[in-house]
Amino acid sequence: MASEAHAHGHGETLALREQFDTAYQQRDASTLGMWIFLITEVMFFGGMFAAYTIYRSAYPTVFAIASASLNVTIGAINTCVLLLSSFTMVMAVRAGQLGQRKLIIFFLILTLFFGCIFLGVKAYEWTEKYEEHHMPGQAAFHLEGTDLQGPAKLFFSLYFAMTGLHAMHMVVGVGILTFLILETRKGRYSTEYYTPVDISGLYWHFVDVVWIFLFPLLYLIDRHLPK
Amino acid sequence: MSSQTSEHIDSVKTYAAVLVTLLALTVITTLVAFVDLGNFSVVVALAIAVTKMLLVALFFMHVRYSTKLTRLVIVGGLLWLAILLLLTLSDFFTRGWLGTPGR
Repeated sequence: MASEAHAHGHGETLALREQFDTAYQQRDASTLGMWIFLITEVMFFGGMFAAYTIYRSAYPTVFAIASASLNVTIGAINTCVLLLSSFTMVMAVRAGQLGQRKLIIFFLILTLFFGCIFLGVKAYEWTEKYEEHHMPGQAAFHLEGTDLQGPAKLFFSLYFAMTGLHAMHMVVGVGILTFLILETRKGRYSTEYYTPVDISGLYWHFVDVVWIFLFPLLYLIDRHLPK
Repeated sequence: MSSQTSEHIDSVKTYAAVLVTLLALTVITTLVAFVDLGNFSVVVALAIAVTKMLLVALFFMHVRYSTKLTRLVIVGGLLWLAILLLLTLSDFFTRGWLGTPGR
C-alpha cells in the first residue's frame, strides 16, 4: 500500500495510524470492531424476537389475525426497496475499493434515496394502522375478528416496537450516509482509505438483515389461517 | 495477525446476481405464505430468511473474505443469540410440565 512509506518515521495518515503496523492490520481491526458492535445489536434485537416468539406461541390465532391485517403487498415491495439499497451500498463500497470518488457519491445518494423511500412507506403504513385503530394506546383500539383485544394489543405493541426500533436504525443510517456523502465530496476517501464507507456498509446490511427476519415474522407467518 | 486477503473486489455481475436472488426469494416467501403448509409455514419462511441472511452476510458484508478472527466473533455472536433464544424458550415451553403450583 502507498501508506507503507509512512509506517516508520514521521506523520501518520488516515490509512495508517501510529498504533498499527500495516494498513491491512488497521483495516482488519476496524472490521472486527464493527462486527463486535453488530453482535451487540444482534442481542438487542434478539431480545425482541424472543418476546415475539413467546407471545406468538401463547396466542397463535390472534397473532395470525393481527398479522393478516398488515398490508403484505406494501411489506414485500418495501423489502425489495431495502434489498435494492443494500445492493447500491455494496456498490458504493466497491467504488471505494476502486477509488472512484464520483461513483461512491452516486451510489451513496442512491442508497440514501432508497432508505428514505423505505422510511416513507413505513410512515404510511403506521398512519394506516393509526386510522384503523390498530395502535395500542388508542382509546378506540379494536381488532376485527377476535374477542381477545388484549393479545391483539400485544401483537401491535411488538409490531410497533420492532419496526420502530428498525426504523430508528434506518434514520441513524440516513444520517451516516449523509455524512459519508459530504466527506466523500471533500475528497477524504481513496483506495488507500475508505474504511468509513466500508464499515457503514456493514451497518446498513445488518439493518437490512433485521428486516429480512421482521418481514416474514410480522407479515407472513400463518397468513393462510384466517379466512 | 495481518492478512493480505482484505483486498478482494467482487464483480458487479456477482453483486447483481445476489440482488436478483434476494428479490426472487422475497417474492417466493410472500407467495408461499398464502399456501397452507400447516406448521411448515414457519419453517419455510425462516429457512428462506436464513438463506437471504447468508447471502447478504457472505457477499454484501464480505464475510467470504473476512479474517478467521472476525468469523470467530460472528459465529460466537450467533451462539450467544442461540443461548438467548433456546434457554428462554425452553423455560417458557416446559413450565407446565411439573404442575408446580404458582408457576
